[in-house]
Amino acid sequence: MADEVILLNFCPSVFGMRIRIALAEKGIEYEYREEDLKNKSPLLLKMNPVHKKIPVLIHNGKPVCESLIAVEYIDEVWKEKAPILPSDPYQRAQARFWADYVDKKVYAAARNVWATKGEEQEAAKKEFIEILKVLEGELGDKPYFGGETFGLTDISLIGYYCWFYAYETFGNFSIESECPKLIAWAKRCMEKESVSKSLADPHTVYDFVLGVKKRLGLE
Amino acid sequence: MAGGDGVKLLGYWASPFALRVEWALKLKGVEYEYLEQDLQNKSPLLLQYNPVHKKIPVLVHDGKPLAESLVIIEYIDETWKQFPLLPQDPHEKAKARFWAKFADEKCVPAILGTFTKVGEEKRKAANEARENLKTLESGLEGKRFFGGETIGFVDIAAAWLGCWTRIAGEIVDVKLIDEETMPELCAWLENVLEAPIIKDCMPPQDKLLEHIKGGIHKMLMAAAST
Repeated sequence: MADEVILLNFCPSVFGMRIRIALAEKGIEYEYREEDLKNKSPLLLKMNPVHKKIPVLIHNGKPVCESLIAVEYIDEVWKEKAPILPSDPYQRAQARFWADYVDKKVYAAARNVWATKGEEQEAAKKEFIEILKVLEGELGDKPYFGGETFGLTDISLIGYYCWFYAYETFGNFSIESECPKLIAWAKRCMEKESVSKSLADPHTVYDFVLGVKKRLGLE
Repeated sequence: MAGGDGVKLLGYWASPFALRVEWALKLKGVEYEYLEQDLQNKSPLLLQYNPVHKKIPVLVHDGKPLAESLVIIEYIDETWKQFPLLPQDPHEKAKARFWAKFADEKCVPAILGTFTKVGEEKRKAANEARENLKTLESGLEGKRFFGGETIGFVDIAAAWLGCWTRIAGEIVDVKLIDEETMPELCAWLENVLEAPIIKDCMPPQDKLLEHIKGGIHKMLMAAAST
């Protein structure tokens, strides 16, 4: 029986990118549906009644919500190819710890970089760079966060790379000058087709953020 | 069963996050050494084992540290296979992870807001808390426990919420989990707090009441002065 896989997404979403990367890594064919967040589809509201948010993975009619939960689901269901989590429980826990760190820290800090001005923005940039440096420290000299292979922590973070152009432009700073190793890691990830095909174009992201800033009166 | 000197838990007696890790360990019959931490004066050991967040709980297994209570509980579940906490079926497992995350990220902040804010902000927080708890109730899907007939991952993750909410509710005179609007959640709370592993491993209730009272008082003072 063929699997029916649908992804409800919104192109600039870093969370949607995680699921796209996981699906691509596993070579899973799926139907991609772009949602209009100002006019959410009945399917989205039915499949994610709790949060009414994208991304939502729908597998044979059953929804999986929350991006990292969906990535782990994909890894468990399609386990023969390209494992996303290691098999050792301690290493799995480490991968989950760092994916959780990305979730707890990066989104809010990054948002403050483009959504604020003046002193507030300077403080936001400082905090954002500090968080990236912690991640850079964890990466160390490894090619990927999990070691030799691309895995959960890499997937949790890499989507933000296509947002860096927007952060740097609105924040007037260079992330590469502060975190060169992290940028090198990001470029290494981008060499993978699963990543390069799943990330949004940085200029599309920039235009999107500009639109949000205008709408919220944050220019 | 794994030897006791292999597993240590750095915790704090009033922390619900350390408590739920203990529940997971006890349910599996894992022997461990509990090391109470002074959170006002963090030990070099804690800072060494959790340099990123500098928080408890930290589980140390054969010298290797792990932080973040839900990550720790999943590790415990994968390492000690008796009394599985997460379902085997990937979709059911995803649902369990979803509800544990929902309880932590949506219920907790709204409940906290109810007890630590004043005036209009408090009213809004209480409404949000009730809505979120009602949503959490839907995750039960009519079952006795989130885990089905027996306690599972979500029960272990969220049981403390019921207990703490009840205590805080007595202090501040706000009832969030009420029988009329949330009969199934109420019943779940009764059942889960009666489960032997959970009942026998709770902080002393009178001491906890004073501790929560003190915490609420401090936060209300802070709210009043802003």
